[in-house]
Amino acid sequence: MATTDHDVPAEESPSSPVAVAGAGESAAEADEAAHLARGTTSPELLANSLGEYFRLWLRRARSGESGALPVIVGLIVLGAYFQIREPAFLSATNIANLMAQAGWIITIAMAQVFVLLLGEIDLSVAFNAAIGGTITIWMVSVHHPFPTWLAIIVGLAVSGAIASIEGLLIVWLKIPSFIVTLAGLLGLNGVLIWLFDEAGQVGNGGVISSHNNFINDLAGGNLSPVAGWVILIVALLLGGCYLIWRDQRRRTNNLAAPPLGVTLLKLGLMAVVGAVLVAVLNVNRGSAFTPLEGVPWVVLIVLVLLGGSTLLLTRTRFGRYLYAIGGSAEAARRAGINLSRIRVLAFLLAGLFAGVTGILYTSLLGSMSNDFEGGQYVLYSVAGAVIGGVSLFGGRGRMLGAVLGGFVVAVIYNGVDLLGLGAAGQYIWTALVLLAAVTLDALARRGARST
Amino acid sequence: MVANSTGDGAAPAAAGAAPFVPGTTPTDGPLLQLRDISKSFGPVQALTGIDLDIPVGEVTALVGDNGAGKSTLVKCIAGIYQPNGGQLVWNGNPVQLHSPKDAADLGIATVYQDLALCDNLDIVQNMLLGHEVTRLGLLNEISMELTAKQTLRDLSVTTVRSIRQPVGSLSGGQRQAVAVAKAVMLDAQLVMLDEPTAALGVSQTELVLGLITRLARRGHAVIVISHNLTDVFRVADRLAVLYLGRLVATGPAAEFDPQSVVDYMTTGTSGRLGNGSLSQPTASSGFGTGSEG
Ligand SMILES: Nc1ncnc2c1ncn2[C@@H]1O[C@H](COP(=O)(O)OP(=O)(O)O)[C@@H](O)[C@H]1O
Ligand SMILES: [Mg+2]
Repeated sequence: MATTDHDVPAEESPSSPVAVAGAGESAAEADEAAHLARGTTSPELLANSLGEYFRLWLRRARSGESGALPVIVGLIVLGAYFQIREPAFLSATNIANLMAQAGWIITIAMAQVFVLLLGEIDLSVAFNAAIGGTITIWMVSVHHPFPTWLAIIVGLAVSGAIASIEGLLIVWLKIPSFIVTLAGLLGLNGVLIWLFDEAGQVGNGGVISSHNNFINDLAGGNLSPVAGWVILIVALLLGGCYLIWRDQRRRTNNLAAPPLGVTLLKLGLMAVVGAVLVAVLNVNRGSAFTPLEGVPWVVLIVLVLLGGSTLLLTRTRFGRYLYAIGGSAEAARRAGINLSRIRVLAFLLAGLFAGVTGILYTSLLGSMSNDFEGGQYVLYSVAGAVIGGVSLFGGRGRMLGAVLGGFVVAVIYNGVDLLGLGAAGQYIWTALVLLAAVTLDALARRGARST
Repeated sequence: MVANSTGDGAAPAAAGAAPFVPGTTPTDGPLLQLRDISKSFGPVQALTGIDLDIPVGEVTALVGDNGAGKSTLVKCIAGIYQPNGGQLVWNGNPVQLHSPKDAADLGIATVYQDLALCDNLDIVQNMLLGHEVTRLGLLNEISMELTAKQTLRDLSVTTVRSIRQPVGSLSGGQRQAVAVAKAVMLDAQLVMLDEPTAALGVSQTELVLGLITRLARRGHAVIVISHNLTDVFRVADRLAVLYLGRLVATGPAAEFDPQSVVDYMTTGTSGRLGNGSLSQPTASSGFGTGSEG
């Protein structure tokens, strides 16, 4: 398309008030308005060429609306630093380790996104994960041979129910989520200890081990090398066709669409990153006799969850309402949206993702214990989401951001561990990255408000 | 969609020409009649015996000093307050509005200065908020964007660069325009604007005033509250002056002059018109009679 299709053509006669307004507007005011518009609208829809796209994108990044840029830059900086300090950091073995470790940290950050978008918070999300994980692993332990699928469903359902109850309390009693979920954090920690201590001696010395292969493989197992390539290629082809088809439909409807070059460039980047990742993870990191190779299952699980939740947030009424309520609850109410229903659903989703987190955590460690550090892990969830550009004040942020942010936390976790810096280094690093992310968020908010 | 209203732009502004109102059969009578409306908040009598007709195709300006009861009257029509006495008559039928939703269902939209838009959502998302179009459970962005675009074009809102830009990046006048367009798109027959230009600069005020005029030309009934008499005289076809909860003057705008309006607003009477003792004007006959002489 040659022109910016979004512009509503000026059809009004010059004497009309609007035309007068346009003409009467001082040049400076008009300029500023145009600048602001360009500064915040997604560059895809304003740019007509690849070059213009980059110029708009840079301008937007400078105005604080930088999208995934800071977190990607942060990842590169962190990766470079750890690689220089410890050459084993980018080895196939460590990268596979990193992926497995990152799984539950990413899903707990994703859980937090649903409530952060509303301007709420779930401080109990980590202990809720622990409860779900404990129930699942308990159901498949030797004494209780329930089918694995049932154990997983019940674990997820319990976590979902717990979070829903918190959501209902917040909505009915109008107590801030901070308080309700702080109580949840303490209470669920208690429940976890009680489960281990009292309820039928589930654990052995405060630990239940997992002997279920399926559950252990979620974080520990790998796709076959061929499957890794096939899934990558199929996903890229489907995704690429969808994007191009979607943009084409917009063009045939005379609506602005990203330049084809931008879409192809993005697809190309994804293909390169994906191919490098699959190639590295397909390297045999075991021995010739007991090969260990392939993309960890957990990578696929996270990508599927990312796709599903992105669809939910960006292409459904529910997702739209989450953003609307986070932006202005009063405006959403006046638009006829049932705020309470959306809030409770958001907590339910946070709970379900917490349940997934609990199962992935159990899978990674091969066990669940009653000294689960839920107070620390909830901070990972908030840090991951905020590092990924999800605003603490509601209404802004993407699920992809939380995935990348959670990955940053995992990189710190993994890298600091490799360097042998222990808990001290891990906390300090996470704190510094979190502070940097929150500062960016605050700057972006200031930029947005100064309009 | 209202956007398809026939006679768009061609409907004459003159009273009585009764332009086509979408979704209703055009009737000769006014769209909304207020009959002896009263509203008290405990001991405070905010409105007393208000009789007022709101015709389609015209802008009725509600003026009055602070505390005169303008906002209270609008909220009674918007279903936010329930009057203590009196009757609302919509298209000839008595109606009871128990909630803002009742009013919205009838086709009454209220545009507030703020609070009605989500800064983080773009123009299309805001305009269709609560009325999203879906296909197989997924949002149909193309259909929604086309609808929003058409409505903005119908209203000649031409100053936005992209309808995919967040509302937070718009100027005050553009935000007001989006709020109005949203109301229009939802088939509102009566659009009420409470102080639409209070926070706007000169050029932005022009934008909104132009929009208000076009709304009426398109066959909507419009009620505007404003303090600014210059603005009022620019857009209003009819004036209704409130003083301490009473309607002290009503009639075609042409029969008022700024000084008489100020007199009514501040004292409840206008010596200049020589009939200042009247305090129960009828809605149909103009109160400013005699100003020609
Ligand atoms: N919710 C309320 N509770 C008590 N008194 C109110 C309320 N709303 C308005 N009033 C009173 O009613 C009168 C009219 O107010 P209002 O309609 O806001 O005036 P205006 O909009 O013309 O400035 C004022 O005396 C005001 O104090
Ligand atoms: Mg008021």
